[in-house]
Amino acid sequence: MAQLTEAPFPPGRYSLVVVGSGPGALQLTYSLRRLGIDHAVISQDPSPGGMFRRWPIFQRMLSWTKPFADHKRGSTEYERYDWNSLLPDEDANRAIMPTVMDGTSYFPSRPEMERGLVTFVERTGLSVRYGCRWESTRQDGDDFVLVTSDGEYRAPTVVFAVGVAEPWRPSALVVEGVQQYGDLRPAETYADRRVFIVGKQNSGFEIATGLLPWARQIVLASPSPTKLSVDTRSLVGVRARYVQPYEDWALAGGVLVLDASIESVERVGSHYLVKTRSPHDGHDFNFEVEDVIAATGFVTPLRDLPDLGVATFGQSRLPAQTPFWESASVPGIFFAGTIMQGSQGLRKHGIPSNSGAVQGYRYNARVLARHIAESRFGKRLEKRALKPDQVVPFLLAEASRGPELWHQRSYLARVVSIDPSQGIADEGIRPLAQFVDDLEGQDAVAIALEANGRDDPYPALYLRMGGKVKEHLMHPHRMLQYEEPEYQRELGSFLQPLLVEALSRTAQ
Amino acid sequence: MEVRQDVVDILSGFALFADLSTPELENVVQTFGEVYFSEGERIIRQGLTATGFYLIVDGSAIIRVDGKDRTTLRPGDYFGEISCLLGEPPTADVVAVRPLRCLVLPPNALEDFLVAHPHVMFRVLQGEARKLRTTTRWLS
Repeated sequence: MAQLTEAPFPPGRYSLVVVGSGPGALQLTYSLRRLGIDHAVISQDPSPGGMFRRWPIFQRMLSWTKPFADHKRGSTEYERYDWNSLLPDEDANRAIMPTVMDGTSYFPSRPEMERGLVTFVERTGLSVRYGCRWESTRQDGDDFVLVTSDGEYRAPTVVFAVGVAEPWRPSALVVEGVQQYGDLRPAETYADRRVFIVGKQNSGFEIATGLLPWARQIVLASPSPTKLSVDTRSLVGVRARYVQPYEDWALAGGVLVLDASIESVERVGSHYLVKTRSPHDGHDFNFEVEDVIAATGFVTPLRDLPDLGVATFGQSRLPAQTPFWESASVPGIFFAGTIMQGSQGLRKHGIPSNSGAVQGYRYNARVLARHIAESRFGKRLEKRALKPDQVVPFLLAEASRGPELWHQRSYLARVVSIDPSQGIADEGIRPLAQFVDDLEGQDAVAIALEANGRDDPYPALYLRMGGKVKEHLMHPHRMLQYEEPEYQRELGSFLQPLLVEALSRTAQ
Repeated sequence: MEVRQDVVDILSGFALFADLSTPELENVVQTFGEVYFSEGERIIRQGLTATGFYLIVDGSAIIRVDGKDRTTLRPGDYFGEISCLLGEPPTADVVAVRPLRCLVLPPNALEDFLVAHPHVMFRVLQGEARKLRTTTRWLS
């Protein structure tokens, strides 16, 4: 009972409840608190970290932190090189991750990431009610009621940051003894065994990389061909860190990387018989192996939210979301953390946002905190005024060094507006999809960085005037510098209609 | 094998994929991404580049040109192919008129997909021929 009475946020009614204590929830609660928004935070975990406790073999992040970069550690510009630190406003608490890493890799280990999150919570004084498990949900008038292991929480606004980490496997793999990513034996127990891994995305290749020194043979199979991130120039595809099994296959070293559907998996004595079929020529291949591992993805642990009407889509059962990460079908329910990838944005060139990773969703969380403060709590947040001659250099500086634009390409944008009475204002970072679809919004320009999977990134401009949006794509720059005179001239020319209007209003 | 069998079953009923075997349909489901749009949301936007090739799995959408509604699209219909094939921005908005679930292929992936699936390419050609015929009737 001592723990119950000492823990913060006892059951009851709150204006806002956040569920989770991973990086997404922590960034959100920090940002909400800075905006003066009272809220409760509950988590089933015993301490900060969430999903960062349950990784097999390598126990390392796929997102890097460079301890040394061309910008001062702790500066806004440095965030482009540090994908893992959360984002406080006070200088003393910025760029925590490089201070807790031992230098053996620029991918933080799982314990290092957990230490970074704990340090952030301690230094910023965040409060979370740990060990409080959300069990079910219902609606009561304007409130959502969360039934938890500690009692009932009521709130008209709830943010779920519960990860996308519940393993999923297709029915063909629901066979006794078939293992799952996150639930593997120690690597050495696969010594001299044939291992069949179903799934050719990062999790499958991660396991295969770990078993290369042990397994007698490794087969990786799924119907469609493997993509590599170095080819797509995005986070789509297998990351370079786990490409070694692919090279082993390409050099005929013994690993098999197969395009095949799994027809059946059958246990035969101490072995498994895996029957596969090629999607290209219909050819059947059968494999006799000692281990079958499902690396077939994860689903979102939404519990009973679909029963409340929360629409989901895709194999990961992600909730469909608005550009501000609110359920598309149940207003008042928001999402944070890796679930934010369900708000897909423009997906230009088919490249998704980085909202599934810390380096992406930490920025989303700041935008969401401001949105909740304005839309649910009636806060009026200050905007920085700009003079007409500041607009071009400001936008190009954002394109060159703004971490939100670099980490969330074609997804988050810097917006500058023209208000008839207020003049020119920095509207901050906004979801690009919301900007281009808000045709009744005030005249404004948004700048984002765009990638097309072939070239270096380039600035993309969206000018909204008179209820229409016009797109303008600038050229890539080999050194990724967009502040040179040719860019200034080009942007100045593109913005002339908007700025002329602003100048004429200022003159009046 | 991250394949959703319910989507495979739906695709097997679409004319576009009538010539594909089950493993080929599973390959399609893995190759395409799945996206969801709520009522009133724009899927592709007139004048904005690099969208994609969309196939409606569930729900309906409207083609809107310069703010004027033109044609309703339903499950099995597809859109965005002209923009992908020509590398030009779409000349119309496509807007969800009720919750819409689509499969989507990035613009630069359409050529490889069609070349790898000639029967699907033939059926897309048939679709384009029908659109051309309709347009010709409008003009005549």
